[in-house]
Amino acid sequence: MAKAYSPGLQIRQRVLHSSRRILPIPGDVLVKVGDQATSQQIVAQTFMPGDVTPVNVANQISVAPSEVPGCMLFSVGDEIHVGDVLARSKGIFGFFKAETKAKTAGTIESISHVTGQVILRGAPLPIQVRAYQAGTIKEVIPEQGVVIESEVTFLQGILGIGGEAYGTIQFACQDKDEPLIASLLDESMQGKIIIGGARMTGEAVIRGIEIGVAAIISGGMDDEDLKEILGYDLGVAVTGSEHIGTTLIITEGFGDIAMAERTFNLLKEREGSEAAVNGTTQIRAGVMRPEIVIPLDEKMKAAPQTEAKQEVSLGILDTGVPVRIIREPYFGLLGEVGEMPTELQTLESGSESRVLEVILHTGNKVIVPRANVELIEG
Amino acid sequence: MNSTAEKKLDPDQINVILATDCGSTTTKAILIEKKNGEYRQTFRGEAPTTVEEPAADVTVGVVNAVTEVGELAGRKLIDENGEIIRPAQGDTGCDIYISTSSAGGGLQMMVAGVVREMSAASAKRAALGAGAIVMDTICSNDKRLPHEQIQRIRELRPDMILLAGGTDGGTQKHVVELAELIAPAKPQPRFGGTYKMPIIYAGNQEAKELVEEAFDEDVKLTTVANVRPVLEQENLAPARDAIHDLFLEHVMAHAPGYNKLISWADAPIMPTPGAVGNILQTIAERQGINALGVDIGGATTDVFSVFDGTFNRTVSANLGMSYSISNVCASATLPMILRWVHLEMDPRELQNRIKNKMIRPTTIPQTKEGLVFEQAVAREALRLAYIQHKEFATTLKGVQQQRTVGDTFSQNTSGQSIVDNMKLNLLVGSGGVLSHAPNMNQTAAMMVDAFEPEGMTVLAKDSIFMMPHLGVLAQVHSRAALQVFERDCLIYLGTCIAPRGFYRSGRTCFQYQISGNSLNETGEMVCGEMKLFPLGYDESATVIVEPRRGYDFGAGSGKRMEFEARGGTVGLILDARGRPLMVPADEQNHLAELTSWVEEMKLYPDTHLMAQR
Repeated sequence: MAKAYSPGLQIRQRVLHSSRRILPIPGDVLVKVGDQATSQQIVAQTFMPGDVTPVNVANQISVAPSEVPGCMLFSVGDEIHVGDVLARSKGIFGFFKAETKAKTAGTIESISHVTGQVILRGAPLPIQVRAYQAGTIKEVIPEQGVVIESEVTFLQGILGIGGEAYGTIQFACQDKDEPLIASLLDESMQGKIIIGGARMTGEAVIRGIEIGVAAIISGGMDDEDLKEILGYDLGVAVTGSEHIGTTLIITEGFGDIAMAERTFNLLKEREGSEAAVNGTTQIRAGVMRPEIVIPLDEKMKAAPQTEAKQEVSLGILDTGVPVRIIREPYFGLLGEVGEMPTELQTLESGSESRVLEVILHTGNKVIVPRANVELIEG
Repeated sequence: MNSTAEKKLDPDQINVILATDCGSTTTKAILIEKKNGEYRQTFRGEAPTTVEEPAADVTVGVVNAVTEVGELAGRKLIDENGEIIRPAQGDTGCDIYISTSSAGGGLQMMVAGVVREMSAASAKRAALGAGAIVMDTICSNDKRLPHEQIQRIRELRPDMILLAGGTDGGTQKHVVELAELIAPAKPQPRFGGTYKMPIIYAGNQEAKELVEEAFDEDVKLTTVANVRPVLEQENLAPARDAIHDLFLEHVMAHAPGYNKLISWADAPIMPTPGAVGNILQTIAERQGINALGVDIGGATTDVFSVFDGTFNRTVSANLGMSYSISNVCASATLPMILRWVHLEMDPRELQNRIKNKMIRPTTIPQTKEGLVFEQAVAREALRLAYIQHKEFATTLKGVQQQRTVGDTFSQNTSGQSIVDNMKLNLLVGSGGVLSHAPNMNQTAAMMVDAFEPEGMTVLAKDSIFMMPHLGVLAQVHSRAALQVFERDCLIYLGTCIAPRGFYRSGRTCFQYQISGNSLNETGEMVCGEMKLFPLGYDESATVIVEPRRGYDFGAGSGKRMEFEARGGTVGLILDARGRPLMVPADEQNHLAELTSWVEEMKLYPDTHLMAQR
C-alpha cells in the first residue's frame, strides 16, 4: 500500500473549531443562537434527580409490607423533612403504636406494598455546563445544550489528568528540551496555565498544586511520579475525574521526552492568551484526547493566515507528512515520512511488519513499523 | 433482531466470503474462497479500528482492512461509494459479508441477583456467556448499603442490566426489592441519551408483574425465563439470547458507524467473545474432549472452557495487551512480570514503556528486548485471566449434595471449580500476542507458563486470529466454517507433558521413554528442567513417564503413565518445573534457570534464522 491510515494528534495554529456542550440529562439552555459566550459563562443547566434513600418502613414499625401503604402519613410526591413521622402502625386496639421518623429530607418517590420499602429522593442536584470555548453560539439543541464555534489555536495532548480548567498561558521553561522542575514555578503563576518543556517532575507538579496553578502542560512525565501524585497506578487511560488540585497534560508520552517543537512554538506564540484546557482522556472507543483551546483575539482574526496549508488528509500516512515515532528504539523522535515499501519486512524482534522510512530532523533515516508512528496533524 | 438476520442465503451459491472482526484496537478482515469445491481462507488484512475521532465510524476501519485484503487478493471488494461489492462477479466483490465486533469496548453490563453465589452468579454466567463485560454485580448480600449500590449503578453507565433472583414459585420480596433499587437510580446508558436503558428480567416468573410495576417508562424492560428456575438447574439461553438481541437493537446502533455496519452485514453482528465461544464449543463437541481457549486482546482477555460438556466463558475486562496493559502491571506487579524476562532491563524505563503502550495502543515491538518484555506481560495477563476463569467456572453453589460413606473424608463442597488442568486435552491460544508471535515456540511457551497444563495437553493456536470470524460464519454456513477451521485456522504446536507436584531443587522429577518413527529418547528430568524434542506436524510418539513420589501425571503420585503425544510446529515439551510453577527466588538462580528454559525452548533465536523459517 502506498498510503496507510494512522491516527494522530492535532496541532493547529488557526482553525475553525466547535465545541458541543451538552447536559447529561435534559434541562434549560440559557443562551440563544448568535450570542457571544465567554469561556466560563454558564450556557445550560439542569437538575439531576437527587440521591435516593430506601427506608424499610415495614421493619421499622413491625408491620407486614402490604400494610405499609395504610400506615404511611405521607403520600407519593410529598416533601419530607428530617424528623417528620413517616409512618405509624395501627397498634393493638389503638395502643402500642410504633412510628418511624425520617432521617433524611426528600420527596417520597415510591411506597412498596411488596417489600415495605419507602424510597425517599433528596433535593435535585444542579448541573451546569460552561461554554468552555469562548465564541459564538452556533446552534442550540433544545433542552440539551449548545454548539459554540470560533477560530482558535487548537492543540491535542496525549494524556491528561483532571478535567476542565481556565487561565492565562505562561511559560515556565524557555526551551522544549528543558525539564519542568519545582524551582521554575513561583507564586505569580497562581491560576495560570503553565507550559513546561520536557518531563514535568513530581516535585514540580506538587509545587504547582501548592501554588494553585490552573494547569500544567509539558512534554512528558515519569510513571512513578504520576503514581505518587494520584496515589494509585493508572490502569487504563480513562481520566478526567481526578481531583488533584490542578489539570495535567503531557503532549508526547511517558519518560524524559521533549515537547514537539511545533507544539512548543505554537504555545509560545500564544503566551499571555486566555485558554481553556481539558485533561479528560479516553483512549478507548469514542476516544477523547486532552486539549488546549485558545480563541484567537480580534487582531489575530484580522491578520492573514500565516500557517502554511498542510496537504495532509486526516489520518493518511504518505510521503512527506510529519510524524512522531511512538515506540522504542526511536521513541519520541520527529521527522517526515520517506519511502513506504509495500513488502513486509522482518524486524529485529523477528516479527514481520509493514514498515516506512522516517527522515529525522537530523537528516538520518530510520526504518520503523508503520504502526509505530503517529501523524502530527495540522 | 436487525433486519439482516432475515436474509436468506443459499449456501451452495456462496463462493466468496468476506469476514471482519472489529476489535478494540484492530479491525481484521479475511477472505474465504471456494477452491476445488472446498472453502479455504486465502487472504487477510488489518487496519486500526476507527470508532474514534477523526473517523468516529467503525466502517472506515472495515473499509481500510477490506481494501488491504482486496489489494493482496487482486479482487476489488469496495466500490466507488466506499461500500462492499456484492454479489461476487469474476474478480470483483464477495457473496456474503459477516462481522463480529468488540469495538467500543464491547458490551458492558451490570447484573443483579438476590444472592451473590446463586442467582447473581447465574445472571453473571448468562451475561458473560453472551460476550459481555460484567462491570459490577449488585446483590442483596454484597455488603454495600442501598445508597451505595444506587450510586454505583449511576456511575457505571452500563449498556444494559440483567436482573435475576428467586426460583420460580419461590420468594418474591427480595427480587422486587432489587428492582426497586435499580428503578430510582435511573441508570443512564453509555452511548447517547435518546434511548432507554434495556433491563432484562430473568428471575422468579411469579414476581414478573411486581417487577414490571417497579419500573417506569424510563427503561425498556424485557422479561425472559428464569436463569435459575430451580436451585439445582440453570437455564441461561433465554437471557443470553435476549442480551444478544438488545445488544444489536440498542447498543451497537448507538456506537459510531454501527448502524451502517449492521446494514452491510449479511448476518447479525455478534460480540467477538460470543463468536469465539461458539467455535470452541464446536471443536470440543466434535472431538469429545475437554478444551480451553483463550483470546488475549487489547482491552480484555477472554477465557473459554469446555469440561465434560459444560461450557464457561469469562471476559476479564482490563486485562489486555494495549489499552489495559498498565492494568496488567498494576494487578500482577512489575517483579512478577520480570520473572519471565531473561535480559537486563531498567525498571523505571519499563514502567514508562508500559504507560506509553497504554496511551498508544496500536504500536508493535520493534526490538527483541521489546518483544521479550511484551511477552512477559502477556504471560501475566493470561495467568490472571485464567485465575478469574477458574474461580468463576464452578459447579452450582447453594446446591445440596448427596454424599456417600466414601465421601466422608472428601472436602468437596458445592461451588468447586470444574476446570481441572489434569483433565485438559486441548489448549488453544488466540489473540495478537499469541497468534502473531514471530516464533511459534514463543506462543507455546507463553501458554505453558501461564496455564501450567498438567498431564498431557495438546497445544494449538489460532493461525491468524480467525476464530471470531469462523464463529459467526458457523451461524450462516457451518460447512464453510468447519472446513476453514480444520484446514487453515488451527495450527497444532505440539504436546506438553508435565506432572503435578512441587519443585524441589536438585531432585529427580521423572524418567521418560519416548518412541516414535523419528524420535526415540530416554532420560531423566530434574526439577526445574524443560526439554523440547522435535516431533513433526503429522507425527506422533508414545511417551512413557515414571514419576517420583510426590509427582502425578494423572494416575496418582509416583504412578507410571503412557501417553500418545501429537506433534506440531514446536514439538514435544517435557516440563519438570513443578505445578504450581515456581521460579527460584534468588536472582542469580532465577536468571540461570530462565535462560536455560529460553535456550531449550529456542525462544529467541537470531532474527535471520527466524526469517528463514
